[in-house]
Amino acid sequence: MSRKQKRELWRILSAAGALVVVVLLTHWLEWPWWADLLCYLLPYAMVGWDVLRDAGRGVINGQMLDENFLMGIATIGAFALGEYTEAVFVMLFYQTGEWFQRLAVGKSRRSIAALMDIRPDSATVQRGEEWIEVSPDEVAVGEIIRLQAGERVPLDGVVVSGESTLDTAALTGEAMPRAVAVGDGVISGCINQSGLLTVRVTQPFGESTVSKILALVENASERKAKSETIITRFARVYTPIVVAAAVLLAFIPPIFAKHYLAAFPDWLGRALNFLVVSCPCALVISVPLSFFGGIGGASKQGILVKGGNFLESLSKVDTAVFDKTGTLTTGSFDVVSVKSEAFSESELLLLAVSAEQHSSHPVASALKKACADAVFPEISDVFEFSGRGISATVSDKAVLVGNQKLLLEKQIPFTPETDFGTQLYVAVDGQYAGCITIADRIKPNAASAIADLKTTGVRRTVLLTGDRTETAEAVATAVGVDDYYAELLPADKVDHVERILADSRRAVMFVGDGINDAPVLTRADIGVAMGALGADAAIEAADVVLMDDDPAKLALAVRLARRTMRIVRQNIVFSLAVKIGVMLVSAIGFGNLYAAVFADVGVCLIAILNASRTLKIQ
Amino acid sequence: MRKSFMLEELDCAHCAAKMEDAIRKLEGVSHASVNFMLQKLTLEADDSCFETVLDEAAAIIRKIEPDCRIVR
Repeated sequence: MSRKQKRELWRILSAAGALVVVVLLTHWLEWPWWADLLCYLLPYAMVGWDVLRDAGRGVINGQMLDENFLMGIATIGAFALGEYTEAVFVMLFYQTGEWFQRLAVGKSRRSIAALMDIRPDSATVQRGEEWIEVSPDEVAVGEIIRLQAGERVPLDGVVVSGESTLDTAALTGEAMPRAVAVGDGVISGCINQSGLLTVRVTQPFGESTVSKILALVENASERKAKSETIITRFARVYTPIVVAAAVLLAFIPPIFAKHYLAAFPDWLGRALNFLVVSCPCALVISVPLSFFGGIGGASKQGILVKGGNFLESLSKVDTAVFDKTGTLTTGSFDVVSVKSEAFSESELLLLAVSAEQHSSHPVASALKKACADAVFPEISDVFEFSGRGISATVSDKAVLVGNQKLLLEKQIPFTPETDFGTQLYVAVDGQYAGCITIADRIKPNAASAIADLKTTGVRRTVLLTGDRTETAEAVATAVGVDDYYAELLPADKVDHVERILADSRRAVMFVGDGINDAPVLTRADIGVAMGALGADAAIEAADVVLMDDDPAKLALAVRLARRTMRIVRQNIVFSLAVKIGVMLVSAIGFGNLYAAVFADVGVCLIAILNASRTLKIQ
Repeated sequence: MRKSFMLEELDCAHCAAKMEDAIRKLEGVSHASVNFMLQKLTLEADDSCFETVLDEAAAIIRKIEPDCRIVR
């Protein structure tokens, strides 16, 4: 509680005390009406002077229909009708509500600030012989920074010396620390947990991961969801309409009464209730707060949502379309089987690796991984057949490693394999020697992630891939997607997504690794990029970015979106129902100012508290 | 030029929306947003008239919520 809030609280409490004294005094003592009025004006002024002052300022500044003005009119009206206690009490009630409301808003603001508290304050940079502490934006690319254990990584870079583990939870929501050593990249916003690291900076602060994430989350509130825009527009017309209705209610019905002047005070009283409920604050605070909270809460889990509008479409997803490599599979190839005819399996593998030892093709790195400790023999006469394979002389043997096409081309008879994965056929001295199958691993939790997504109400799941039909079928069966389409070019993927969009009744989500899927990511109702920690292309193209590769976050994202939308709807329905209810009851003469103030500040407070639930994740 | 400013004592969400509307209508402003939760004004305007626009925005803010101030 700030000093101002404490002062306000004391003011409200002392005015309440004064009101009690005045009520008792006027009850026991028989005073003329003007003495009663003067007595009541004391607590009224204590609690409401600033409301009246702001109302006055509002009128001067041309802001006629602000909350202060309406409260001022309503309470002065109550005094005019002789309802002294009610007038003071209503002002007291209003200020109490406002006080709680400010407290709740302050608390939500602090929670949001805490969510976004990943901005590094300083960096320790090497300048000459010295290490000096500077603001992260003063560090240039290529400079060396030092990170003590417990420090937040201020800038993106590459480890030059030392090893440690990084806590990436603030960025990815992932609790497992990530080990880093010399040559590994480090990402700003993580926390260095154990060792001393020196890091060469690779990105200026403005383009670092942490700056991008913060900009993304802050700007997310500018892409407003449809329901948010509707509420803002509605709020603009709501107040004038209710005030107009109040004026009509005060002056028109008494015409039909026998004596206009005798009936007028009753109708005026009813109209005052309208004025009090005419402030749309419950909606204009709680709806944006819900979206903001939803986006903030999701980012805490490593799910970056670029705007309230995307949260809205995410909640409507009924079809999920997946890319294969890097999305459902890890994207790194491993040797899964070796079938040898003439040599032992390890000999065959060694021959193939040796031939490929200088190649940078993903196939070569998969082979190298499979025999990490081996010493490769010298090779000569290396020749690469683009897109087909490689030939080389290894220990006086002519080794050919390639796909089906290459062996057909060289007219070497071989036994075709149809296992899941990519086949590398090996020929030695013109004779077929065997086949090595390498494959991309399916992510261990891909199947459970898709099953989980189905429980959130996603009815159809589709796999789109450029890979062979056999591989696509194997992956589709293993992870449990409903349909698959294989051997697609990027343009075909767009066509398929178009068709899926036409079939879907609600919204289509496309999940890809974000680098080569940009057209599809943009075309789908909602594009989700996977494994984007540090990858610019994905952050640009996608609407939602999953910071760690984890497909299990998809179901979580959909659930968070649904929950946020549910809270938004609850607030809209609840606020409007109470306000309209109070107006109806008032119009037929059963309402009072207490109910009206509740429908104003009470409802607003409840809506804020409800909205702040979006910040918390179960 | 695009700049962000803190808004002190921004207490009323409805006012924030009104401020945003009014500031957007100022001459020279290409983009403006008032974020109630972050208590932040983001203003994008021509460099030549940025200061005058900012003064006008401050006046609008003072009119709509007298206690609220731009921290420059």
